[in-house]
This record gives sequence, C-alpha cells and structure tokens, in this order.
Amino acid sequence: MNETRLVTRRMADHPADSHTIERYEATGGYSQARRSLQMGRERLVELVKESGLLGRGGAAFPAGMKWSFLAPARPAYLVVNADESEPGTYKDRQLLERDPHQLVEGIIIAAVANEVHHAFVYVRGEYARPARRLQRAVEEAYGRGYLGKDIFGSDYDLEVVVHLGAGAYICGEETALLNSLEGHRGEPRLKPPYFPAATGLYGKPTIVNNVETISNLPHILELGADGFRKLGHPEDTGTFLFSVSGHVRKPGNYELPHGITWRELIFEVAGGLREGRTLKCWIPGGASAPWFVPADHLDLEITKDATGRAGSMLGSGAVVVMDDTTCVVRAAQRIVRFFAHESCGQCTPCREGTSWLEMILGRIEEGAGREVDVDVLLDVADNISVGLAWPPRMTTICPLGPSAVSPVSSITRYFKDEIMAHIHQAGCPLR
Amino acid sequence: MTAPHRWSEETLARARDLIARYPERRSALMPLLYLAMAEEGHLTEAGMETVAELLGITPAQVLSVASFYTMYKREPVGRYLISCCTSISCHLLGSDELLAAIEDEAGVPAGETDPDRLITVESVECIGACGGAPAVQVNYETVEGVDPEAGRELVRWLRKARPEVIVADELQTLFGGRTGFDWAIPDDEGAVGPYPAFGPLGTAGRES
Ligand SMILES: Cc1cc2nc3c(=O)[nH]c(=O)nc-3n(C[C@H](O)[C@H](O)[C@H](O)COP(=O)(O)O)c2cc1C
Ligand code: SF4
Ligand code: FES
Repeated sequence: MNETRLVTRRMADHPADSHTIERYEATGGYSQARRSLQMGRERLVELVKESGLLGRGGAAFPAGMKWSFLAPARPAYLVVNADESEPGTYKDRQLLERDPHQLVEGIIIAAVANEVHHAFVYVRGEYARPARRLQRAVEEAYGRGYLGKDIFGSDYDLEVVVHLGAGAYICGEETALLNSLEGHRGEPRLKPPYFPAATGLYGKPTIVNNVETISNLPHILELGADGFRKLGHPEDTGTFLFSVSGHVRKPGNYELPHGITWRELIFEVAGGLREGRTLKCWIPGGASAPWFVPADHLDLEITKDATGRAGSMLGSGAVVVMDDTTCVVRAAQRIVRFFAHESCGQCTPCREGTSWLEMILGRIEEGAGREVDVDVLLDVADNISVGLAWPPRMTTICPLGPSAVSPVSSITRYFKDEIMAHIHQAGCPLR
Repeated sequence: MTAPHRWSEETLARARDLIARYPERRSALMPLLYLAMAEEGHLTEAGMETVAELLGITPAQVLSVASFYTMYKREPVGRYLISCCTSISCHLLGSDELLAAIEDEAGVPAGETDPDRLITVESVECIGACGGAPAVQVNYETVEGVDPEAGRELVRWLRKARPEVIVADELQTLFGGRTGFDWAIPDDEGAVGPYPAFGPLGTAGRES
C-alpha cells in the first residue's frame, strides 16, 4: 500500500532542503498564491467548497462552507491552529518542520479568500523547533515580498505573526485559542456564537483552520477541485495524514486517501505488530475517540461517516495501537488523567468528573477496586456525558469533558472481564 | 511597582517590537511572559509587574493568565528542564521506566529541582513525538526513542558537559533512537534556558 503524497510530497522528494524557499520555489512553490490574488474571494471559496476539503483539526468541518460563513464586517482575521496537543498526534509538527513554506503559501491563499490582512499562527509552546522553522520561512517570504506590503507586487497587504502557546491543550479548542491570543486565560467561550467566523478574534470575523487544512490549499489550486476530489474517497476527498503510534513495527505519519481499511493501515502501512504479539485494540482518532477492537472494526472502511456510524471518530488522525500486553485499565487511566489535567475548570461535570474517573481507574489498577466501581465509573461518566451517547450530548462549554469519557465507555464495553479481574485479583492480571 | 527599566535595553526593545506586531496590545502578553522568564530564569513577581506595566494592565491580570499555562514557571527551575512525556503512546512504550530512571539518576522526583539548581525533572503530557515514543524534551528541545539507560546517560551528560546550548540534533545523536518521522534537516539552533528557544527569545546558534 503506497502513500498518496500531496502535503508530504516535497519532503519525501527533497529531504535535505524541503524547508527552504529556494527548494520551495524550484518545485513550483508560491505560483498558486500569485494566482489566488487574481481569483479573489468568490472564486476561491467556491473552489474550496467544490474540492470537498474537510478540516483536519479534528471536527472535519467543510472548509469552504466555514469560509462562506465569514461575516461581512472588516477587519477579518485568519488564525492557523498549530496547537497540536491531542495525545497521539504529531502530523502538524512534521508539516511545520519539513515544509513550512507550504503552510505560508496556504496562509496567503486563505487570507486572500477571506479578505484578511493580518494572520496568526498559534503554535504550541513545546514546538520550539517547528516554530523556529516556520518563523524563518515567514521571514524569507517577507524578504521576497510575498508577505508584508503589496505582496507579489499587487496592492494586497498581509502580515503574518507566529505566536507561541505555553502548554495548555485546551488552547487547541478554537474559542479558547482566540482568548489565549487576546492575552487572556485559554478558556473556551460560551456558544453561541458557534463560529468565530461571525465573532472571533477581538470580536471580529475570524477563520480558524488547522495546519494540515491550510497546507492542502496550494494543492487544491494546482489540481483543481476535480483533481483533488479524485485523489480521495467520494465523501472524504484528498488525502489524510494518519499519525500512527503505539505497538506497531513502523510508527509514522502516513498520508493516505480515505477508504482503506483499518486492517490495511495497521498491518500493511504500519507494518503490523511486534514479533509474537496480537492486536488488542486501537484508538482510531486521538485520545478523545472511543476505541475500536479487531473483532468488530478491522475491516471497516476508514471514512468520517463509517467511523462515526461505528461509534467513534477520525478526529485528529492519531491512531494509537495497543497489543495484547497492554493493561487497558492503565491505558484508560492514562488518557483520563490527560483530560483531568487539561480541563480548564469552567464546567463542574468536566472539572470534578474527570478527576473522579482518574481516581477510580487508578484505584482499580492498583488492586484496590471494589465490585461496585464499574457502576460508579459509568455513573460519573454519565454525569459528564449524558447517556454516553455518540456523538456526545453536550452538557459542557466544550467537548473536552465528554472526550474524557471515551476510554471509560470503551473499556467497560469491550474489556469488562479485564476490569473485573483487576478487582477480584486485587491487582493487574497482566503483570 | 517596579519600573520597566529593570529589564535590559535589548529586552525592552524586543518587548516593544513584539507589542507592535499585534492589533491589540494585550495580545503580546504571552510572548512578554517568555521574555520575563528569559530575563530572570523564571517568572518573578517583578517580571510580571513589568509585563503589566508594558501592557497597561494590572499585575493581577497578568498573574491570572500566567497561572493558567504550565510553561510559565513561577518557581525557580534548573538550568536544564527535563520534561518526560508519560501520555498514552509513550506510556505504551515504556515511559514510566524511563521517567523512573531519569528521576533516579537526577536524584529528584518529578516536579522537583536538584540541590545544584542544575536539573529539574517533570512528567508532562504528550509533546507531539508519539511516533518516536518514549520522548523527552530538554528545555523544549525534543529527543525521541529514549530507553532508560540513555535517559541516565542524558542526565550524566548534562551534569558533566553543562552545554551552553541544548540542540535537538545533538541530543538525538547522543541519546535518541527511533524517531516518528525522518528529521532529515539538521540544524544547530537550540535553547539557552528552561524556556522555548524562539526568537526574539534567547535563541542561540543561527538566529531564526
Ligand atoms: C479540546 C479541543 C482541542 C482541540 N485541539 C486542536 C488542535 O490542537 N489543533 C487543531 O487544529 N484543532 C483542534 N481542535 C479543533 C478546533 O476547535 C477547530 O475545530 C479547528 O482548529 C478548526 O480547523 P479545521 O476546520 O481546519 O479543522 C480542538 C478542539 C477541541 C474541542
Ligand atoms: S468542558 Fe472542561 S475544558 Fe471544556 S470548557 Fe468545560 S471545564 Fe473547560
Ligand atoms: S504520547 Fe508521548 S509524545 Fe505523544
């Protein structure tokens, strides 16, 4: 199974210098940004709509539709979400380090399409090197007149600021990100307004898109909507970057079309499991996603809809593979701990509930669990995410709280025996 | 209140440059907090007061924001901050053993600094290096595929070599193993303190 390279093409062909402006321009770079200036907002929005591009930051929202929601007031802003902090996800880091000019060109296109003259890239604080690479690319682009005043000799001005976060996963949520960028605590905003496109940064119309989403734009202009659609699945066009990690032989970021199966991804692309091990379960789309198991999901097509119908999501594209040596109680506790740690504390069910889940899972794992603990877990989970519905019914300001429930609903559904064994043997049966 | 003149002229110039990049002054708060850390090694009350003054907000507002984010260290930390990822992908590949080895070699539990103020160890959530698990950062420069013995060597090396600049590629060569993707492009930029090396902060090597 070969990768279908679009956003990872240049770095594969020119590993030593894919990040330089010289290489970028020698491989056709910035010609689409020039074209975008001739096209203007209407044609660009229409093109991206027709391309079928879905956002790659987790929610898979149609990018062109989001752009069409932009309120008419000006100034408007563009914010690129490079906060990438969902455990298991490391694709945007590779795009930033290895092909930062692709992102800069995408930013120019998105800015022109949304009549934006001031764009921001919010990079998570731990990504110092990726941020430096991007900053250098931005400076090179300024140096050649591709950013700044009268870009490409037109009368269009565009400023780009690279902004460093400071270690808070919740700032990946777009309204929290905007608060953070305004110099406030990174707490998600109450909805409505549902879209920053209406009221965003400084109360102005704002487009927030993920690094991978924006990095696709030069390719959509180059290939045209049809060419881009043809590469992917009819429902999920173009390519998708899967960050595969955990117990596989070949972890990595793989750029693939939708529509292959989990079996192909895990066993062919990622090289299968380590010697003598068998597949126990996997997380199909980042720490927030409910888990899949081989008996039910291995031959499922990987598309947004098929994954959703099976009760999970592709999310940020992080696939975390666990083999038969994995203690699922520990694994679940580790993920719940993450959400408890990252809860911003505004909503009681999330703030209190996640800590309770972490504590109860911890006590089961240590062998101090009680018979009733499974019911207690489910009860607490139900208080955070009513009915444990998928997609979750929202009782909180943002989806972080309900996300913490995913590992709990997964292990109580698929691995109840293993939880009970911990309780009955007063310890981990796998040790 | 402490006047901004506590900061060097160079830092103040950087601060003014940062403020000018944003449509609204207050947006420069996060980068200014990093500048304050770079000035004094960690975020002090005086540093926060200076930031407040530069932005025209109150020190309480600055503290409220600073305390929200884990990378603004309001207690002194060592010259080298070792952040061990113990999130799910690293956990599956032995991060707990790695953290234990690093704690043992450094002689301090996670969350603490050694008596020489040289090394602080912390356990952190995912640092975006999951394909190269288990991963660690030193002053926010990443090293991937670190086994417990390499973790010990890393601590011993920091103590002995006391590098001026922490460079990811050097760490990776000396202590790393498998990476999540091909890094391909070596560079010599790196961190000079326990805060992210991102211009106009204290970045050494080739200025970015
Ligand atoms: C808790 C939480 C964390 C998120 N983290 C990220 C992130 O790190 N990067 C990202 O691009 N989107 C993240 N998102 C999604 C953003 O809110 C937003 O939908 C996305 O950036 C929009 O870009 P897209 O349409 O291009 O996907 C997160 C959402 C939630 C609820
Ligand atoms: S759900 Fe959790 S993280 Fe989201 S706003 Fe509420 S408390 Fe904050
Ligand atoms: S889980 Fe450790 S780097 Fe992502």
